[in-house]
Amino acid sequence: MNSRIAAIASNTFREAVRDRVLYNLIGFAVLMAGASILVGQISVDIEKLVVVNLGLTVVSLFGVVIAIFIGIGLVSKEIDKRTLYTVLSRPVQRWEFILGKFFGLAGTLAVNTACMAAGVFLSLLYVAHHLEKSDSSILVAVYFIVLQFVMVTALALLFSSFSSPLLSAVFAFALFVIGSFSADLRGFAAMSKGAAHWLTTGVAYLVPNFAALNVIASVAHGEPVPGRLILANTAYALFYAGMALCGAVLIFERRNLK
Amino acid sequence: MKAIEIQGLEKIYSVGFWRKQPKCALKPLHLDVEDGEVFGFLGPNGAGKTTTLKLLMGLMYPTAGSARILGMEINDPRMKAQIGFLPEQPYFYDYLTARELLDYYGRLSGVAIRELPQRIATVLDRVGLSSAANVQLRKFSKGMLQRAGIAQAILHDPKVVFLDEPMSGLDPMGRREVRDLMVQLKHEGKTVFFSTHILSDAEALCDRVAVLHQGELRGVGTVTDLTAKTQGKVEILWQGVQLPAGLKALGIAGKISGSTARAEIQDSQLDAALDALRSERCRLISVNPVRGTLEEYFLEQMNTPGAPSAKSVSQKGASA
Repeated sequence: MNSRIAAIASNTFREAVRDRVLYNLIGFAVLMAGASILVGQISVDIEKLVVVNLGLTVVSLFGVVIAIFIGIGLVSKEIDKRTLYTVLSRPVQRWEFILGKFFGLAGTLAVNTACMAAGVFLSLLYVAHHLEKSDSSILVAVYFIVLQFVMVTALALLFSSFSSPLLSAVFAFALFVIGSFSADLRGFAAMSKGAAHWLTTGVAYLVPNFAALNVIASVAHGEPVPGRLILANTAYALFYAGMALCGAVLIFERRNLK
Repeated sequence: MKAIEIQGLEKIYSVGFWRKQPKCALKPLHLDVEDGEVFGFLGPNGAGKTTTLKLLMGLMYPTAGSARILGMEINDPRMKAQIGFLPEQPYFYDYLTARELLDYYGRLSGVAIRELPQRIATVLDRVGLSSAANVQLRKFSKGMLQRAGIAQAILHDPKVVFLDEPMSGLDPMGRREVRDLMVQLKHEGKTVFFSTHILSDAEALCDRVAVLHQGELRGVGTVTDLTAKTQGKVEILWQGVQLPAGLKALGIAGKISGSTARAEIQDSQLDAALDALRSERCRLISVNPVRGTLEEYFLEQMNTPGAPSAKSVSQKGASA
């Protein structure tokens, strides 16, 4: 990473860290994770399952909300407030700005996720009194959640590079919801015929496959995650995020900053 | 070497949603700014000053034409490392302190990290913000933000400084300080290109000015040259205790003060008036163009639709 990208990433990280909205969201997420202990205690024999399931789902949902709500303003806010003018009048290329913003928010989300995941492990320790070797697969689920955030951040940045924050939020959230049900979409594509088959197959492969990155349920049941899936999901998430970032750069390179 | 060379720079926007209409924000602009000049870019609101600056900063793409700064293309990162820019009514990251803001911009400009703390302290002192170095920008007044903006524009010791309405929002003391700073920059050999609609500032500071109106360059030159053109009159001074009959015959009225006489005449009458003085053996002391103010010149340009005469002025000035 060059020094300009690093400077923009670190400034984006600092902005997110100093944003009160972030703390409100994290506070709420901690509250929800705490609630999972309560729910776990009244769930006889399945305390661990409930704590892992509920805890990781909260981490995932709140992370996505943070990714979307901060991500959609990454470019548009800088244009609206004209802070971008003083950045791009320096020896900073537009692609460097986009990458700096991406790494800054992705870094923020990774740190947040690490903190919230630590909270989930503490809840688990509190409920089960000890951790088992199989619990390490929870880390894989957390890693997949971070991969989801990487994709959502890249998509939010893509929408932010050409549309208003409100529309960007709608687009990004809609894609997240559709992507979470992408397995159903692929199933529907397999069942349909003719033009509908090609259309649904195209859409199914175009939308992000967040379903493949959701292993929370299997991890909560103590099932191991195959190494091949980890590699495939890593490659898929990085490729998808890379494509979204390329799109963001291509659009942003052509924009006139009025 | 010319600091800024603008050749036919033009910007046409498309406005409207369904039926897009072209709107010309800047008509083909030809302009050169010499190295070390303080150059004023004048015009009313909406004249195209900010559009020109945005085109020069690479924030917008021109419809036609090109520009070079320090001999380099406007999207050349090597050139951008040597320029500073203050946008109009700047807004900065308000969660940062002034010191953090300058540290960020210093890193983006490629200032060596070990030099940054000293550089930041010097610049903050220069703009009078040393005592507010660790205060978040959200607590800054408008004037303080403007100073922070100037600090970021000069932090990396640029050769050319672009300032868009630098006096805007400043109280008289603040304006004075910015004026002094611009004079200092000139003494340091830097080129300063600033847009303003405060004519007294331009008159006091600029080596040359350009007047822009409705996206069209209406005139460019030194304040002295431009203001001389507003009047089309000359003042003649000669030794004498009475008005020569030849001048009276031309319809010229003069004023006698002791042994010196003075008259203001039209340019076109000058030869005839001088002949009249010579024929009566009057001793000529001086002939000077009557100077108007920059405001008069500016208003004249604003009130001249299309201003064909001004075009010729601009061409002469641009090639000067």
